[in-house]
Amino acid sequence: MSSPAIPKAQFDWKPLALLAGVMVLGLPMIGSPSTWVTLTVAGLAMGLIVFIIASGLTLVFGLMDVLNFGHGVFIAAGAFVATSVMGGMGAWVEADNLLQNLTVIFLAMLAAMAVAGALGLAFERMIVRPVYGQHLKQILITMGGMIVGEEIIKVIWGPQQQALPLPTALRGSFVFGDAAIEKYRLLAVVVGLLVFALLLWVLNRTKVGLLVRAGVQDREMVESLGYRIKRLFVGVFAAGSALAGLGGVMWGLYQQSVTPQIGAQVNVLIFIVIIIGGLGSTLGCFVGALLVGLLANYSGYLAPKVALFSNIGLMVAILLWRPQGLYPVKS
Amino acid sequence: MITRLLSHDLPRNRWLSALLIAIVLGLALAPFLFPGSKALSVAAKMLVFIVLVASYDLLLGYTGIVSFAHTMFFGIGAYGVAIASTLMGPGWTAVAVGLLVALLLSLLLSLLIGLFSLRVKAIFYAMITLAVASAFQTLASQLSDITGGEDGLSFKNPEWLSPAFELFDAPVLGVAVDGKVLSYYLLFCAATVLFLLLLRIVNSPFGRVLQAIRENDFRAEAIGYRTVVYRTLSNVLSALFACAAGAMLALWLRYTGPDTTLSFEIMIDILLIVVIGGMGTMYGAVIGAVLFVLAQNYLQDLLKLGATAFEGVPVLGAVLTPDRWLLWLGVLFVLSVYHFPSGIVGRLRALRLRH
Repeated sequence: MSSPAIPKAQFDWKPLALLAGVMVLGLPMIGSPSTWVTLTVAGLAMGLIVFIIASGLTLVFGLMDVLNFGHGVFIAAGAFVATSVMGGMGAWVEADNLLQNLTVIFLAMLAAMAVAGALGLAFERMIVRPVYGQHLKQILITMGGMIVGEEIIKVIWGPQQQALPLPTALRGSFVFGDAAIEKYRLLAVVVGLLVFALLLWVLNRTKVGLLVRAGVQDREMVESLGYRIKRLFVGVFAAGSALAGLGGVMWGLYQQSVTPQIGAQVNVLIFIVIIIGGLGSTLGCFVGALLVGLLANYSGYLAPKVALFSNIGLMVAILLWRPQGLYPVKS
Repeated sequence: MITRLLSHDLPRNRWLSALLIAIVLGLALAPFLFPGSKALSVAAKMLVFIVLVASYDLLLGYTGIVSFAHTMFFGIGAYGVAIASTLMGPGWTAVAVGLLVALLLSLLLSLLIGLFSLRVKAIFYAMITLAVASAFQTLASQLSDITGGEDGLSFKNPEWLSPAFELFDAPVLGVAVDGKVLSYYLLFCAATVLFLLLLRIVNSPFGRVLQAIRENDFRAEAIGYRTVVYRTLSNVLSALFACAAGAMLALWLRYTGPDTTLSFEIMIDILLIVVIGGMGTMYGAVIGAVLFVLAQNYLQDLLKLGATAFEGVPVLGAVLTPDRWLLWLGVLFVLSVYHFPSGIVGRLRALRLRH
């Protein structure tokens, strides 16, 4: 007699339904379908960029219970590295050639990820490692790291705002019928989906990903099976920082300018996203980021004044519904 | 007498006592010792920051809660006085009404935030307050009909405190006692009273419970204290004191704007002061605030000297410019958190223990 199968965990579809619901509800409220398409693409682009930045932060928290208030430094560093790379290759940026333009962006992203990743390693070693398990000190020290990092960026690149113009071929927009879609936003959506797919693949289909997910669930158990979770954690921290650097480049190109304070500004946004998603949850972070992006763009069109508070309103509403976030990691 | 005033919480170190006495005397006699409007402004800013930072110490140092919304309450106090003085015309009633409304609003807001999010982890609270504070800052700059938006509000003080007012016909000890000096002494008295009150609170049985929660909240709960209630109360109290500090700042500047009260830079300043001065000591707020404001106003001149000396050297020159003074404070902050978490005050007190 076979024992009854262990019931599989039900996939929680409600947050995804909420996401779809927001998109569907947006249509009648906005009225014109073409505007809706434009806004939705813009919202998805913004959401995916935010997801790229926030995914590292939420994984690091899930794994080691470390919340890095200095995450913004990697964003700023990535964006500024991009200004240097793209400034240095100005001819390729200006060239009216899609291939050259994409190459330049790709190189800028690569350089930004390398620098931010290396910075992340140093940050983990010098700032975070001595204060594992002490939350209060962690908050203070990572905040301090952010202050110092921001000042160092000002030393290297100067305190002024810097322009980060889009390469020629990516300016302007495609027009489908009445709907205009900015070319760069399309690129952002593509890159964002690629990163998301890659992240899903690594987390769900590789051994490293299996260990990371297991570590988020129960760190001691993974350690007792003989895996060095600290080493894994350093890797995740560096990868998360590199992703933040990549996100910084994309955010900078999205705004077409970079300031040293960019890190602190985006920090607030990504904190809201990972709270909404449930601290430590990658899928929650994804849904949360898209929700934030869509709502920001819809409300920005419908009621610009309200848009400034859409994030915080969304956070309060979600927390009233699910106090631990959309996808709570631990019970 | 003095022991009673200080709530039996003496500095407990000779150097610390000497430093504190020097600071108190210096601040008390500032208009006569350091004439000139810049020196007086610096001294007034010290007074405001002493109260502001001490109120934050109640939260961070004594209860172990990290909040990033402290500048919000600071701003509410400042805007309260400014808005009331603008709407009702200058006068003491306007100041009183403004302060009262601001205190009530702070009370409500801090109670709401506290009950909503203090049940959960410290990290969660820090993030929520960060989000709320940034939303409030946006709100203040959007309601430009009331708050003056990004430009802020300039308003007139009650007649006694306006610079044109002269208390005596002849100068006293070579200093004309005008409204500015009177405002300074109003600030001085307010700061003294508020600081002693805070000292009283942290040394009361209530304050002991807060420290117990900081050390081990689980055990405090087990002993029978409702930690949520105590945390929320501490949150509310510190918000009220921050609100009062904001009103002091508004009275001194006769101006309230987002940059002087609500900005994230000020929140970072508070964090730097509280940690470098010494968390959980109260006196750390005094020492830290005085040193910080001095550094802010005069260290830059010192760095300018360094910058000119290293003009040609590429890295040193860039690092030593007066604009980068926050870099050095940031490094000091990180080192403080690691190596002497109880700050300057804790360091001085430890000196005595070793002997």
